[in-house]
Amino acid sequence: MSDVQKFIDETVKGNDVVLFMKGTPQFPQCGFSGQVVQILDYLGVTYKGVNVLADDEIRNGIKQYANWPTIPQLYVKGEFVGGCDIVREMFQNGELSTHMQDAGVPVSQPG
Amino acid sequence: MAMDSAEIERLIKQALPDAKIEIRDLAGDGDHYAATVISEQFRGKTRVQQHQLVYAALKGQMGGQLHALALQTVAPE
Repeated sequence: MSDVQKFIDETVKGNDVVLFMKGTPQFPQCGFSGQVVQILDYLGVTYKGVNVLADDEIRNGIKQYANWPTIPQLYVKGEFVGGCDIVREMFQNGELSTHMQDAGVPVSQPG
Repeated sequence: MAMDSAEIERLIKQALPDAKIEIRDLAGDGDHYAATVISEQFRGKTRVQQHQLVYAALKGQMGGQLHALALQTVAPE
C-alpha cells in the first residue's frame, strides 16, 4: 500500500465519520461537498473533514481507495457510504440517520 | 470540457444493454447532468455498487471530462 493509501486507510478507520471533500466543513468549495456538509450538520453528526484540494495525492488517491471517481465521499466506521447523490437520497428517506445510529454514531436530529 | 448527453447514454447502454435511461442537462452547458438509470443488473446490489456499474460504463470520463452527473439508479419494479 502506498503512503497516501495508508494515510487514507488510517484516517477512514481511525475516525467514526469522515468526509473527503473540496474545501472545509466551514468553507466548502464545491456545491456537492457543501450539500453533504449541510446534511451532516443538520443531523448533528460529529465528523472529520479532509480537504482534498489541499493535497493532490489525496485527491487522486481517494478515488482509487473506494473505486469511486468523484468527491465528496462519506465514510462511516471505516465503510464507504456514498457520494453526494447517495447521501442525499439516504438523508431524504431517513436511511442515513438510521445508518449512523446502527453504526453507533450519535445523531442529535434523528430523521 | 463537455460531454454530449447522447454519448453518455450510448456508453451506459453499451455496458447495461437493458437500461432505461433518462438524462437531463441541468445547466444547459453540457457539463452538469442528472440521470436516472433503470436496469435489471442493479437488483440485489447496494447503491454504491449500482453507481459503480454506471461509472465503470462511463470509462473514466466521470470526474474528468464529465464534471457532474447526478445519478439515480433503480432496479425495475
